[in-house]
Amino acid sequence: MAQPRQSPARSAFGSLVLIAVIIAGGATAFAYTGGWFSPQRLTPDKFVEALTPPTGESLGRRRNHAKGICFTGVFEANGAGTALSHAQVFTRGQYPALGRFNTGTADPNAPDATVRVRGMGLRISTPDGQEWRSAMVNPPIFPVSTPQGFYELLLASASKDPNAMKNFAAAHPEFAAFGAWAKSGPWTGSYAEERFNGLNSFIFTDSLGGEHTVRWSLLPAAQPVSVSPDDLAKRGLNFLEQEITERVRGGPQDWTMVVTVANSGDPTADPSKAWPEDRRTLEVGTLTVQQIELERDGPCRDINFDPTVLPSGIRTSDDPFPAARSSVYAKSYDLRTAEANDYPRTATDAKP
Amino acid sequence: MIGAGQRFTPLQRLLHWLMAVCILAMLFIGVGMVSTVMPKYLTLVSIHKPLGIAILVLALVRLAVRLRYGAPPLPADLPEPMKLAAQLSHYALYALMIGMPLLGWGMLSAAAYPVVLFGGAHLPTILPQSDSLHTLAWNAHFYLAFVFFALVLLHIAAALFHALVRRDGVFEAMAPVSTHHQIAPAE
Repeated sequence: MAQPRQSPARSAFGSLVLIAVIIAGGATAFAYTGGWFSPQRLTPDKFVEALTPPTGESLGRRRNHAKGICFTGVFEANGAGTALSHAQVFTRGQYPALGRFNTGTADPNAPDATVRVRGMGLRISTPDGQEWRSAMVNPPIFPVSTPQGFYELLLASASKDPNAMKNFAAAHPEFAAFGAWAKSGPWTGSYAEERFNGLNSFIFTDSLGGEHTVRWSLLPAAQPVSVSPDDLAKRGLNFLEQEITERVRGGPQDWTMVVTVANSGDPTADPSKAWPEDRRTLEVGTLTVQQIELERDGPCRDINFDPTVLPSGIRTSDDPFPAARSSVYAKSYDLRTAEANDYPRTATDAKP
Repeated sequence: MIGAGQRFTPLQRLLHWLMAVCILAMLFIGVGMVSTVMPKYLTLVSIHKPLGIAILVLALVRLAVRLRYGAPPLPADLPEPMKLAAQLSHYALYALMIGMPLLGWGMLSAAAYPVVLFGGAHLPTILPQSDSLHTLAWNAHFYLAFVFFALVLLHIAAALFHALVRRDGVFEAMAPVSTHHQIAPAE
């Protein structure tokens, strides 16, 4: 009688162990992919947590640039942009625009005169069903070179360690240029007098397939008037919203959209570095802000100005920020929409 | 024991294994993309959306094929609780294969994001813009993804149990190629 090679019981046991190992391996791989074993991984949740102001989370609001006011208007393309991108938004014509003026703070109650950075979220829609969303700010350069650097800036700003900012600046020499702007750049009394800069680079593809790495800015038609922060503080907590509402009631406000094209070798991946002044620029159209609405009643509140929502003809470049912003904005959006009951709506805001 | 010839049709087996790859990739892409802010985030999202729609289409085709051709019967000697588990888990898998892409699509619709596939092609919205609908769809999409993955693991464990322990032909019914070596008689 030949010995059985293996007893059935042992064979079954071995198979069960094998199955258990395969299943455990699958679960482990899944957890690893989700970052459960990577505490150092930079996640959107970490950014959102680091953005929490000392006053606490602003439930129902954007996690940064929390204070803002909606506008509607029109983007009128002059056709010049078609030399750089085949996106319909550059074809001569008028396209509806929706946007939001905001202050660069996570605290929705911060007095306007205390917030250095001002921004604009913008969505332009074209008849082909595509959208171009962007979120721009008024400093000429971004404070840091990388999303990791921005995370460290948030931690340092919130730190109770008196040397935290000094240590941060030492570790991030690129921060000096932003610091200089923050200290000596002009303050104005109106959103309408601000130049809003995209800062991140993107790639435009023209109709022949040619690619151009660009940044864009909105240049105000209104003449900027420099006002000291002390004088601005006397204008009230929310002077920016009040001022732009009155100004637009008196007449539409314009910005010229200017696209700057990088030369090869320019720092396209680093928004903390300006490109040389002599780079080719192209005026591609005019943004006209026609109507202002309070955020709580306005159409911008539930829009995520995700800078990676782009029409065909515009795509992201080697600049790492749009991806990081998209990831964190989505997290912020998911949170604030889930907290909609905490958003201070007006009594008349009885949406169906 | 499932007799010879009692296998899923070649089309069903093709759909099963194609979707197995797609769904596993989808689940890993999903859990990876929501946990990073690096540039790969955009790459992963740009795969996640069209792949999800592809899975939806494949799942609907598969459902139709299943309704048309049915499935080989489970072995007569399979204990009733296991039969029930097999049936319920397959209903759940079909529901998730169809429901998850719809929830993702609905979630983007309710948030007023354009639903973009490859090359600027976009889909219509399937829900009106709404905070509460977005939150509902988002939560369902997120938590059901973990349920889906758990079910996939259970499904793999059961398939291997049939293949290695029970050796009852259930695995062979869906195996990509006919294994055809003799099934050992019960000892």
